[in-house]
Amino acid sequence: MTLLDIKDVNKHFGGLQAVSQVSFSVRQGMIKSVIGPNGAGKTTLFNLIAGNLPLSSGQIFFNARPIHGLKPYQIARRGISRTFQNMKLFPGMTALENIMVGRHTRSRAGFIGGMFHFPASRKEEKAIRDKSCELLHLLEISQYADVEASSLAFGQQRAVEFARALASEPTLLLLDEPAAGLNIYETAEIARLIMKIKAQGITVLLVEHDMSLVMDISDEIVVLNFGQKIAEDLPSAIQQNREVIQIYLGDADA
Amino acid sequence: MKARKYLPILILLLVLAGVQQLTRMTGTAYFLTQMTMTAYYSLLIIGLCLVMGYAGQISLGHAGFFAIGGYTSAVLTTYDLAPLLAKGNGVISFLATWGLLVSRDNLYGETLLSVNPWLACVGAIMLTIIIAFLIGMPVLKLKGHYLAMATLGFGIIIYRVVLATEIFGEADGISDVPGFPLLPGIIVSGDFSNRVQNYYIACLLLITGFVLLQNLIDSRVGRALRAIHGSEEAANAMGVDTARYKLYTFVLSAVFASIAGIFLTHYNGGIGPSEAGIMKSVRYVAIVAIGGMANLWGALVMAAVLNFLSLRGMFGSYDDAVFGAILILIMLFAPHGLLRLQVWRFFKKSSTDT
Repeated sequence: MTLLDIKDVNKHFGGLQAVSQVSFSVRQGMIKSVIGPNGAGKTTLFNLIAGNLPLSSGQIFFNARPIHGLKPYQIARRGISRTFQNMKLFPGMTALENIMVGRHTRSRAGFIGGMFHFPASRKEEKAIRDKSCELLHLLEISQYADVEASSLAFGQQRAVEFARALASEPTLLLLDEPAAGLNIYETAEIARLIMKIKAQGITVLLVEHDMSLVMDISDEIVVLNFGQKIAEDLPSAIQQNREVIQIYLGDADA
Repeated sequence: MKARKYLPILILLLVLAGVQQLTRMTGTAYFLTQMTMTAYYSLLIIGLCLVMGYAGQISLGHAGFFAIGGYTSAVLTTYDLAPLLAKGNGVISFLATWGLLVSRDNLYGETLLSVNPWLACVGAIMLTIIIAFLIGMPVLKLKGHYLAMATLGFGIIIYRVVLATEIFGEADGISDVPGFPLLPGIIVSGDFSNRVQNYYIACLLLITGFVLLQNLIDSRVGRALRAIHGSEEAANAMGVDTARYKLYTFVLSAVFASIAGIFLTHYNGGIGPSEAGIMKSVRYVAIVAIGGMANLWGALVMAAVLNFLSLRGMFGSYDDAVFGAILILIMLFAPHGLLRLQVWRFFKKSSTDT
């Protein structure tokens, strides 16, 4: 079943065509990766899907319903959760509190409930806390629950960010360069976590620079170059693709 | 958990009661007048603390909301409606039949028919909510300096309006505002005989507001606000409707300011244009900054101390200058507030070393 369907998406910034006529789809339950050299338009594409940038033209469907033109918080409510290249954890809040913010779409208490702490809001608050602790456990960072998130090691921060994104129980998880800035051990750890997330039945769309990570865990790969899709295939086939090799390693004749 | 949260509140109540007893024993009960006024100003300041410290927005126009509350209830409770009623105005006769108008004698012995203080209070709060929405919606799209300037502009408008409008008493303001009977025998007014009672009314109102804000910060909404402060983009991606949350917070703090204005106006028996002045707004922002921004207790303590000193005339003619200087010094040397000053840490460190 197709979960995310991207159709003829274009994005230009003034005269610069950042994303050009890109189409592909993501089936439920798979890990799909978008790769490409720097400036290929990967992150722009990501921001288009998550609603952080408006499309110049094209359409994006999630669960067969259009999501282009929605605001990021509305897209989050539909069941798409994302992480950021530079994480954007909330400073001054503990790891647990960061993850509790992730429960936002799955809870209701408003200003009045918050001020008066009605029994219903108190019950909900406990449910938020319990679920968040569960996620800390899933991502093996329980011991850092009460540590300020931004003071953790980089790899642990990444895990907190994953937990925060998972807290909304998304159907689709968008990961924007999760291995950026990590060493190879931490990258392997991230790969393991992503497989664990997939095992929960969550579909993953990954934008990544790190080839080893992508080749190991992806079910399918889309290759972008200068904003255009130049290949879409299984990892093994992508590794053999002449055009892709050319982009990454340069022309053999040159 | 719960005890840890409410114990400080209980202690605060005991301290406030202790202070009252102390003034009684030392024959300094006149201090209570300034303390009562301080409590009302503090109510505004803790509301502003939510906007600045937690949601990470700024308002240099909060004196404007204070004035909207104060002036609205002042006009409604002092404007003589008898001529309108005589002319058969529909709205007025409707209010009269529902007993929402009260008749009393003013300072000059004339009989005055005006709006019941309760209705005036509700009306003032409603008006504040409407204006806060109308101002907040466009203005909160701005960030940083731009937001500061836009709210400053709002504050200036309110100041000039009250100063130039006849119904608001122009430069003289409005006087002869009656007391606000909350319950039989409990009345917000500056009468000498009600001084102790009013001290407690103000303190209880402040503490109620404080507890509500403290609860809010420790809730789903509070976390969302702190998230907005940290990274608006990430908060949005978590499903937080950041624009709406910022707006609601702004409106809520405007209501706090408005209630402070309403009560203080009844207590003082009047209100003048200086309450709407820009220097008042700057003072409120300075106090939140000294308190440590995202620190409700800090805002409360600093609001109590500084407002009281100011009202007692400790800063003399340099009152506003003192608050301006405080703002500069805090930004330079203690951006996390006076309670987290590096000096304290220095002393702490040296005491543990020895």
